[in-house]
Amino acid sequence: MGNSEAIAAAFADGPAYVPYLVVGDPDYESSKAYVEALDRGGADVIELGLPFSEPIAEGSTIQEALVRALDAGMTPERFFAFAEELDVDAALVCMTYYNLIYQYGDETGPRPFVERAAAAGIEGLVVPDLPAEEADPLREACDEFGLDLVFIVAPTTRGDRLDRMMENVSGYVYVQARLGTTGARDDVSDQTTESLDRLREYDVPKAVGFGISTGEHAERIVAGGADGIIVGSALVDVVAEGVAEDLSTDEVADRLEALSRELTEGAERGYRSWTTPAESA
Amino acid sequence: MSETESSTSEVGELSRRPGRERGREDGKFGRYGGQYVPEALMPAIEELADAYERYVLNNEDGFMDEFRERLADFGGRPTPLQRADRLSERYDTEVYLKREDLLHGGAHKLNNALGQVLLAKYMGKERIIAETGAGQHGTATAMAAAHLDMPCTIYMGERDINRQRPNVFRMKLNGSEVKPVTTGRGTLKEAISETMRDWAATVEDTHYVIGSIVGPHPFPVMVRDFQAVISEEAREQTVEKTGGLPTDVVACAGGGSNTMGAFADFVDDESVALHAVEAGGSTLEVDEEAGVAPNSASLFAGEEGVLHGARTKLLQDSDGQIMESHSVSSGLDYAGVGPELAYLVDEGRVDPVAVDDDAALEGFHRLSNTEGIIPALETAHAFGYLEEHHEDLGERVVVNVSGRGDKDLDAAIEETDQRDVPNAPDMSMFTGGM
Ligand SMILES: Cc1ncc(COP(=O)(O)O)c(C=O)c1O
Repeated sequence: MGNSEAIAAAFADGPAYVPYLVVGDPDYESSKAYVEALDRGGADVIELGLPFSEPIAEGSTIQEALVRALDAGMTPERFFAFAEELDVDAALVCMTYYNLIYQYGDETGPRPFVERAAAAGIEGLVVPDLPAEEADPLREACDEFGLDLVFIVAPTTRGDRLDRMMENVSGYVYVQARLGTTGARDDVSDQTTESLDRLREYDVPKAVGFGISTGEHAERIVAGGADGIIVGSALVDVVAEGVAEDLSTDEVADRLEALSRELTEGAERGYRSWTTPAESA
Repeated sequence: MSETESSTSEVGELSRRPGRERGREDGKFGRYGGQYVPEALMPAIEELADAYERYVLNNEDGFMDEFRERLADFGGRPTPLQRADRLSERYDTEVYLKREDLLHGGAHKLNNALGQVLLAKYMGKERIIAETGAGQHGTATAMAAAHLDMPCTIYMGERDINRQRPNVFRMKLNGSEVKPVTTGRGTLKEAISETMRDWAATVEDTHYVIGSIVGPHPFPVMVRDFQAVISEEAREQTVEKTGGLPTDVVACAGGGSNTMGAFADFVDDESVALHAVEAGGSTLEVDEEAGVAPNSASLFAGEEGVLHGARTKLLQDSDGQIMESHSVSSGLDYAGVGPELAYLVDEGRVDPVAVDDDAALEGFHRLSNTEGIIPALETAHAFGYLEEHHEDLGERVVVNVSGRGDKDLDAAIEETDQRDVPNAPDMSMFTGGM
């Protein structure tokens, strides 16, 4: 159920921690230190955001980060160089919008982008504005170059649409914990449990994202049956704080590593409660 | 709802005209169109496609009859087709004006806004959201929402808010909430992105009234169908008044809703030439480095790409980042264009042309001082084209007057001041002492 062995391995034993950061936020070098801190903090898969000027699926936290990165000169070409230079164990996934994938290279269509991504060590793609209905060309390119194509399942996805997505997905599904755009929230929605129930019959790892920001959230989500947790805005917030408070790169990296530890430990606790259930009450 | 029978009244039938079949099946216009949206929006879009088919195409529950009736009584349709005597003389050709500026609210935008708000009502939605550039679509939506008693929130770029104060006031007067959008350059494209974000969080009870023939299917076909009343009337009126079809139809093009509205029922009339006039801004050159296009001519100068839910022609850099566009008229200031227009341009059916800011201002003054009609700065582009290219046109030209210029007076004064517009009034009495 996947092209990438690294991604399959990331979900093979225990819950996967899948953090997201915007590449180039607030600048190229700091961003590299931040991504490497996530890796030290226990990341199994890292979603690297390649900035697009019209990120319609993002909330304000990530949107502002994308603007910072674009202002600092991030481009697809520099993004690939960044991925190549990274020193991490985690599997790398690129999250971006379809126009950038489509425009890359001389020939029209997604193939040149995917070819370049594979060469840069990217193992998978998440494209929030590409529904399964429009995904055939990208799917083919991903199969050709051994990348996984991750789809986002919303709380509103049901029936035929869900089947079509699950036929096309590989690597893991991104289970959107609640409606709306990305952004850290204080609680984790009931919609998650309901979504996981609906997905139970499909044999692919389920990673839950949107709104996870603490170890306790991570624990509850994994205890609820998730195979992994995706954390974006809470981490991007740490980077934004660093910018606002003019903190050193090391300080921000330490905070990212600490938050990552908290999240992975929470996920582990959730996993233990799941694999060794107490008497059912 | 218990009775769901379709009515085959004459109004219901009108939406079945052949020129309007394009794109209905699957939202594709050749290589353009589609549904490129976050998954969370897909169910809402499918629900909308279903409602469009039932209510708009099949007139279920008499939707189209009610829409036509409200367009007549609230909107003031049909709008006149007026012969422009002085322009006809100036260009030595018959010039007819389709007077959408006389529609309630002062622009063609009401045709679509009223249709969509009414549709939202039939669908059982409880809240309306919209985005606006010039404020004209926001105004029309606010009016339709007040008329049909629906709460309404409108997103508008901060820069546009400052360019279009009268329209902001009109929206608020009609009870809508206006939310400023500060991201990017604070124009229409940022406002559309922001509205999509709101919709992603509220799809269950909210309808997004998109303002042009852009966005994911079914918006481009649905908005075209609501706007097609323009060409439906213009076609009949031209035949009635002149005994024949026009040789040319001219309309300005931002997203392209008044454009497709004016073209729709003429597309199958091979003898009628269709001219889409885009905003050439200050120049058609683009600054790749700065990511800025000093124009909004996406049909003329854009390249294929994916933005705001559809594949279409876009102003973008070589990486695929969307460019900041520019036009003297905020309603044309958008980096994309409707997929159907992009397709018709590729097919050679629609002639894409661009008119720059200076020529548009001249057009603004010319229509005002020769015909007594102050056009929107958007519309003025169509008259700029007429001045520059009347010799290439046939003997019977219909120009779509997409809107009136009251909203633009501040901007027109400021822009006129900044350049030497030969046919502008002398405003020197105002300097210094106001
Ligand atoms: C009067 C007028 N004409 C034209 C336009 C451009 O829109 P479209 O190309 O969708 O008709 C606008 C947009 O606000 C407008 O207000």
